[in-house]
Amino acid sequence: MNAQKNSLDTKIITAAIGDSFKKLHPAVQIKSPVMFIVYIGAILTTYIAIREAISSTQSIFLVSQISVWLWFTVLFANFAEAIAEGRGKAQAQSLRTTRSHTQAKKLVNEAWQLVDGDTLRKGDVLLVEAGSLIPSDGEIIEGMATVDESAVTGESAPVIRESGGDKSSVTGGTRVLSDWIKVKVTANPGETFLDRMISLVEGAKRQKTPNEIALTILLVSLSIIFLVAVVTIEPFAIYSGTTIPVTMLMALLVCLIPTTIGGLLSSIGIAGMDRLLKRNVLAMSGRAVEAAGDVNVLLLDKTGTITLGNRMATEFIPAVGVSEEEMADIAQLSSLADETPEGRSVVVLAKERYGLRERDLNALHAEFVPFTAQTRMSGVNMENLQIRKGSVDAIEKYTKEKGGSLPADVRQASERIAKSGGTPLVVAKGEKVLGTIHLKDIVKGGIKERFRELRQMGIKTVMITGDNPLTAAAIAAEAGVDDFLAEATPEAKLKMIRDYQERGMLVAMTGDGTNDAPALAQADVGVAMNSGTQAAKEAGNMVDLDSNPTKLIEIVEIGKQLLMTRGSLTTFSIANDVAKYFAIIPAMFVSTYPALGVFNIMQLATPDSAILSAVIFNALIIIGLIPLALKGVKYKPVGAATILRQNLFIYGLGGLVVPFIGIKIIDMILVALNIVG
Amino acid sequence: MFNDIFLFVTFIAVLIAMAFPLGNYMAKVFYGENEKLGKLFLPIEKLIYRFAGVNENKEMNWRQYAVALILFNVLGTVLVFIVQLTQQLLPFNPQNFESVGTWYLALNTAISFMTNTNWQAYSGESSLSYFTQMIGLTVQNFLSAATGCAVAVAFIRGLTRKTTNLIGNFWHDLVRCTVRILLPISILLTIVFVQQGVVQNLDAYQTVQTAQGTEQTIAMGPVASQEAIKMLGTNGGGFFNANSAHPFENPTPLTNFVQMLAIFVVPLGLVFMFGIMTENKKQGFAIAGAMIILFVMMLGINYYSELNGNPMIAQMNIGEPTSMEGKEVRFGLGASSLFTTVTTAASCGAVNNMHDSLTPLGGFVPLLQMMLGEIVFGGAGAGFYGMMVYVMITVFIVGLMVGRTPEYLGKKIEAREMKWVMIALLIPSVTILLFSAIASVVDAGLAGLNNDGPHGLSEILYGFTSAAANNGSAFAGLTANTVFYDLMLGIAMLLGRFGVIIPMLAVAGSMAEKKTAPISLGTFETTSITFMVLLVGIILIVGALTFLPALSLGPIVEHVLMLQGITF
Repeated sequence: MNAQKNSLDTKIITAAIGDSFKKLHPAVQIKSPVMFIVYIGAILTTYIAIREAISSTQSIFLVSQISVWLWFTVLFANFAEAIAEGRGKAQAQSLRTTRSHTQAKKLVNEAWQLVDGDTLRKGDVLLVEAGSLIPSDGEIIEGMATVDESAVTGESAPVIRESGGDKSSVTGGTRVLSDWIKVKVTANPGETFLDRMISLVEGAKRQKTPNEIALTILLVSLSIIFLVAVVTIEPFAIYSGTTIPVTMLMALLVCLIPTTIGGLLSSIGIAGMDRLLKRNVLAMSGRAVEAAGDVNVLLLDKTGTITLGNRMATEFIPAVGVSEEEMADIAQLSSLADETPEGRSVVVLAKERYGLRERDLNALHAEFVPFTAQTRMSGVNMENLQIRKGSVDAIEKYTKEKGGSLPADVRQASERIAKSGGTPLVVAKGEKVLGTIHLKDIVKGGIKERFRELRQMGIKTVMITGDNPLTAAAIAAEAGVDDFLAEATPEAKLKMIRDYQERGMLVAMTGDGTNDAPALAQADVGVAMNSGTQAAKEAGNMVDLDSNPTKLIEIVEIGKQLLMTRGSLTTFSIANDVAKYFAIIPAMFVSTYPALGVFNIMQLATPDSAILSAVIFNALIIIGLIPLALKGVKYKPVGAATILRQNLFIYGLGGLVVPFIGIKIIDMILVALNIVG
Repeated sequence: MFNDIFLFVTFIAVLIAMAFPLGNYMAKVFYGENEKLGKLFLPIEKLIYRFAGVNENKEMNWRQYAVALILFNVLGTVLVFIVQLTQQLLPFNPQNFESVGTWYLALNTAISFMTNTNWQAYSGESSLSYFTQMIGLTVQNFLSAATGCAVAVAFIRGLTRKTTNLIGNFWHDLVRCTVRILLPISILLTIVFVQQGVVQNLDAYQTVQTAQGTEQTIAMGPVASQEAIKMLGTNGGGFFNANSAHPFENPTPLTNFVQMLAIFVVPLGLVFMFGIMTENKKQGFAIAGAMIILFVMMLGINYYSELNGNPMIAQMNIGEPTSMEGKEVRFGLGASSLFTTVTTAASCGAVNNMHDSLTPLGGFVPLLQMMLGEIVFGGAGAGFYGMMVYVMITVFIVGLMVGRTPEYLGKKIEAREMKWVMIALLIPSVTILLFSAIASVVDAGLAGLNNDGPHGLSEILYGFTSAAANNGSAFAGLTANTVFYDLMLGIAMLLGRFGVIIPMLAVAGSMAEKKTAPISLGTFETTSITFMVLLVGIILIVGALTFLPALSLGPIVEHVLMLQGITF
């Protein structure tokens, strides 16, 4: 795996180097206005170098050096973008191979006919049998099958897809492993999930996100200011009785404009999408990733996200006069044949707490009585023994029929359990009520800490559940969420989202069912589970291929990381300018006013070496920061004030100091190599 | 030196003590209802509204607000222009001054007073009648200050309102500012000034016999009343050419102290008002804190440089201090240094000493303060919305670093706001640089210089910076009354004024439409010390990066050369 990864990386890098040159096309360059200025500068200095070489006897050393390094600056920025796109492209390539050459059995005039996969339209009905690829996205209208979705999700374990319910959608490019299904196509060619995924990972349709646009405006405006500041140097110099060569002005301009962030801006955005992709989340737009960083409220489904999917037995509370052991013994017997997770948990509890081993029901000649909606009980019948467990009401009714009654202490215990957010299950042997099993929603390990982290990040968590308010409140308190919505209906969810948005907050949620679709569409960040319905996937702006609702938290972190990386590199870029001024300004004017030499605090060797060092530093820092742009600034879930202090220290103060050191070192190397005299 | 430090500390303390209640009062004036105050002022205001035929109750969106503001100011300019050219026909002209020399001088002066710049290419006592001074200039002193305040008031509405496109009514803000704030305080100040010996009459100039036996003409006029609003409205246009160095404008150390207070009190009051209106006074304190940090830094550099003076003079065994050239002995070094820093921190431009004679670094301070856009307290209103340009840039850059779309007061700063904010930053900076660059190479520009070398460049830079920043103080080495300078400076003043006002009104309109997100732990705090320091940092870095090349060929190299024994 590692070897494969390495060869992949080498391949990506090789491809990226090639792409860096392809991106020299003006139509590509103009998309990044800041780098476009460098591009123009490179062309201009090249022209001057050639002109001087032909027409004058002056040394063209400096101008050609500067020209070369300006080209490098442009190429390095191109390389940053190309390498960020590389991973996506590689992935898109492998996706493409999945898509091609599929044949489909289409229903035409009541008969199945073999057609080319590319010709399928919305509404066509297909038959997909074991072993064949599903040619397009669709809804299962008949049948059930195991499907290998690894092409899309990377997850090799097959999943079950069946008609009706929330697991009816299938994705083009996945393979049916067993059985057969009838599928109604829901996407036209070019619009399928796979197609969209390819164009997303390739970044073909990448549009600038709102914050990227705002940041670009800032960077362009700063560039204009610096352009004017540099252009006006010439008349001021003429006034002072000297002229400054265009090459030198160009060098200063390129050093001052925020090339570091300008060159890395698009790679930061692409890398952000890529980080999501690595976690198997597909964002339909960069806008959604950005919004994730801004989220104020997370709506989380209780089941599966906050609690483990099922309730578990945590306690046996015997009735007065019954020993705990007897109660545990009977409870275990009642559940041995019960394959529901609740039933299994009773057996597990009996074993863990009372050391009761599992018994063979056949040996006991027991007959299992399954749960039905009418009786609302389950249990076993043995020769002269009938054991039942069920809800308080059901057991009360059952024992009454047998001439028994529900003891007051059992009723109280049951009420207590209900109040604490649990579910009471009463166990009876014949007409005698033995006690209550406490079934409890088990809050996932570590989730409380996650919520605490979220709170520190300033994000409010809201638990959504169908439970009654009493139960919901108890679980909410245990899990440490800030708020809950009990007895949630799709309408109530939608209203809650709107209310939060009305108060200026951004809301993120996950969902999978069709009835989640309106809420997913309304939420600022709506993450649909890949296992969910087509409607849910259409409504959300992200799809989680792993169908793991907890991932919402990671998505928020990636969004924040994206914005932080932009901010930090902008700060770094601007702070760098201070040192560059100290390198270039004295060098520029020292021949006119030798007194200005006092500002050469780095003690750079000559004016030429000073200017060249600054330009080289400016180019190299782009390469140096590519890993950071791709990985993103480290994010820790702490408050804004702490993050700010850390980033300011590293990127603000670092941005001030690093170039002083870097430029000095480059200057020393230039002198050592005798490149400048 | 101890006396000077004592003066500085007292000044800041008294300033804060006065600005705070004023901020409270202004919040009531602009945003409050007409409780007790209304009974007193409302009849006068109603009269003005009815006379002008405007509806003060209909709220405006930012475009309507801007249009009203521009029309009103254009009208004011035209009026001042005509008054100057026809003053010989108008009353209150005991000296029988002819119409102002040239149309371009009249235009320059008209623009200058409308834009709150008060750049004076004319000489007051030898060319303007009392009528022109009173009806033309003093009226504009009030109105330009009120216009600036109105923009600040509307901007605060934009920040504090939710989901509306309305930012208030220009007439309401303009009239209330004039009637309830500027007029009463000015009357008070006038009385103080008259008591201290500032002249206030409509007499003809007096000719007296001096002790040496020669005759001298003493200029007269309604000085005290104009002096009050000149300071309070951060206008700075002196009645006399010598401005606040003239004993009839600024006779005593007390009037000097009061004048400096009057410059800062409205701008700082607005900042405190901002805190009150955001329902978090700390928001105001943070801005005020950043302003005070910058002010102390600037004052420190100026005072230090003036105190050390010129080493070449010091070598001649001349008693200290060595840099008294251009300063009034009755104020001394400290009060002159403080006045210089105050008048250029705010967009006042009144002077009590000649800035041309400051040491190079001493002159660097007023220059830099104006280049930064006069955001250290700044002009009446202009200082606040100018500071907001930097606040939004700081919040944007730094806000990103905490991993959220930047928010200020719960409102997201997005592309649209960023665009306008950057325009507001760009226009004055580009104006200063381009216009100075042109003037430094064309003959018409060079013709106006009294000095050569870096000092001459400083004179040109100072002129255009003063105009674009709407300051109005002059380095005094520049002969500015030529077609070239009158027109170029006039355009610079317009660009510097409306190139910031219009974008910032647009930002106000755009912010008002947004929802306000509640503050959480994830929000970047704009009330902390960190924010104050960052704001100062961004102001200095952005300002320094923009103007460093120009400054290094002007005052900076001049300073270095002076240390080596070369002066200009």
